[in-house]
Amino acid sequence: MTPVGAIVAKELRSYFVSPIVYVVGSVFLLIFGVLSYAYVVLAGSQAVRMMQLQGTAAQLNLNDLVFRPTFGSMAIVLLLALPLLTMRLFAEERKLRTFELLMTSPIGINEIVFGKFLGAYVIFLGLLGLTGLVPLVLSMYSSFDWNPILTGYLGLALLGALFVAAGVLASALTENQIVAAFLSFGLLLLVWLLGGLGAILGDTPLGNIFAYLSFFEHFDRLVRGLIDTKDLVYFLCGLVLLLFLAHRVVEAQRWK
Amino acid sequence: MIEARDMTKRYGDLTAIERVTFTVAKGEVLAFLGPNGAGKTTTMRILTCFMPATEGTALVAGFDCFEQPVEVKRRIGYLPETPPVYQELTVTEYLTFVGRIKGMGTAALRAGLDRVVERLSLGDVRHRLIANLSRGYRQRVGLAQALLHDPPVLILDEPTVGLDPKQIIEIRELIKSLAGSHTVILSTHILPEATAVCQRVVIINAGRIVAEDQPDRLSARLRRSEKLSITVKAPPADLAGRLRALPGVLAVFEPTDGGAFLLECALGRDLRDDIARFIVTNGWGLLELKTVSITLEDVFLHLTQHEAGMETGSGTTETQEPTL
Repeated sequence: MTPVGAIVAKELRSYFVSPIVYVVGSVFLLIFGVLSYAYVVLAGSQAVRMMQLQGTAAQLNLNDLVFRPTFGSMAIVLLLALPLLTMRLFAEERKLRTFELLMTSPIGINEIVFGKFLGAYVIFLGLLGLTGLVPLVLSMYSSFDWNPILTGYLGLALLGALFVAAGVLASALTENQIVAAFLSFGLLLLVWLLGGLGAILGDTPLGNIFAYLSFFEHFDRLVRGLIDTKDLVYFLCGLVLLLFLAHRVVEAQRWK
Repeated sequence: MIEARDMTKRYGDLTAIERVTFTVAKGEVLAFLGPNGAGKTTTMRILTCFMPATEGTALVAGFDCFEQPVEVKRRIGYLPETPPVYQELTVTEYLTFVGRIKGMGTAALRAGLDRVVERLSLGDVRHRLIANLSRGYRQRVGLAQALLHDPPVLILDEPTVGLDPKQIIEIRELIKSLAGSHTVILSTHILPEATAVCQRVVIINAGRIVAEDQPDRLSARLRRSEKLSITVKAPPADLAGRLRALPGVLAVFEPTDGGAFLLECALGRDLRDDIARFIVTNGWGLLELKTVSITLEDVFLHLTQHEAGMETGSGTTETQEPTL
């Protein structure tokens, strides 16, 4: 097993013995279930209304009526939930002084940062995978197009990667877990709000830059079923930048 | 094996260590002795590449701690001040994790694991969560972690803290058994530990090395006179005066509570024979006559307190050794 693999395995083990992953995970899954259920009920009532008006049962588009709004709302849930998953990654090591062990072992900082990112990300992907039960169950009772759902999941996976990387960076900055959680939450919310600012400024250079920097537009295109290289590049660049910054922060602390 | 040259570390305005220079030969056990906050941990953290020195260089096994940290880290086993254990893992899980991040292969890891578990008698707690272990066990798990990949250099920051007396002796024996095959630096503020385990002592105070030598030679160096302690059964009232009149005796201190007289004699002269004869021929009854040697404690207090501008010797040593 490689050093990175060892760190990932250790992080997974630590996650599963801490209550955080169970609490965050169940709330995350519960909200996903409640949201999709609410949208299904809404879609059903719309179908009934259409039958009353037109006399025929039109084919309902579950992709538009259920999955798109659910995925959109889940982005907000991720914004709140992922900082809680990532806050311990570095902060706890520093607090408990186990950081000295990592830093005096013959592994690079990039391996430590990447291992920690991967550990938290695997947990997130596992939770995301569990939400797949909702479309599976729905597919037994209705028919819909699977492709936009898969791109929607790709969007959530990429968004999650970005959020986890931001959490790694925030956790590296402090040894207080609450501060780390709030820092990544604030950072992500700020980047999100840039999109709103961009919309207000409209089609000006600054407006376009803000709109591009915010992940909202890139995520929304994927949820709508559109795979555009420029969105993938956006997520990849964001991920690399955040992990690089985390690496620099960890490195810089040696010099204090 | 280890070479520190003019190492200085500043944290902002605070200078933790200043121009620390020393070398450790292969197979030697060296103790860092000093009060809390003297710079022992800082020095060790630089040697283990946890942080770089502000100035100066550190070489371990021929590799520069700053230029080739990975090569240095490969050859070092390090026990920090607080044992770096993960509470949520069992002892075996923890040591397996440590072995893997040290880059050990499966076979080497299994052999190393069995070896350290046996040497530190962790067999009973192998499968218990570290969170449920006592302080002494955690300390031993920390030591096991440092020894796991059998590194040629060991850096141990206060290795016997939190252990009970029996365990302290076991760990000291363990460290002694490493001498010769391993190069060891350990820090301590317990003086008998330094004398018991180490071939050489570096006394560090307020960030500077104030003395460096073998434990017995350190005390000899500080001795400015030979000291004798005498207990007499029926001393005449003027015994102190009569003793002072003997050739070679520099000073006599009368006992405070009917105990022993303390004599200071010129350095290099052994007056025991003369004094014994003097007392016995006068029929005062000689009960005890012995030389008083300076302990490492005295040396330590002398050096560290002198630095702080205080009077030499603490309250207890002052009555016994007024001119240390």
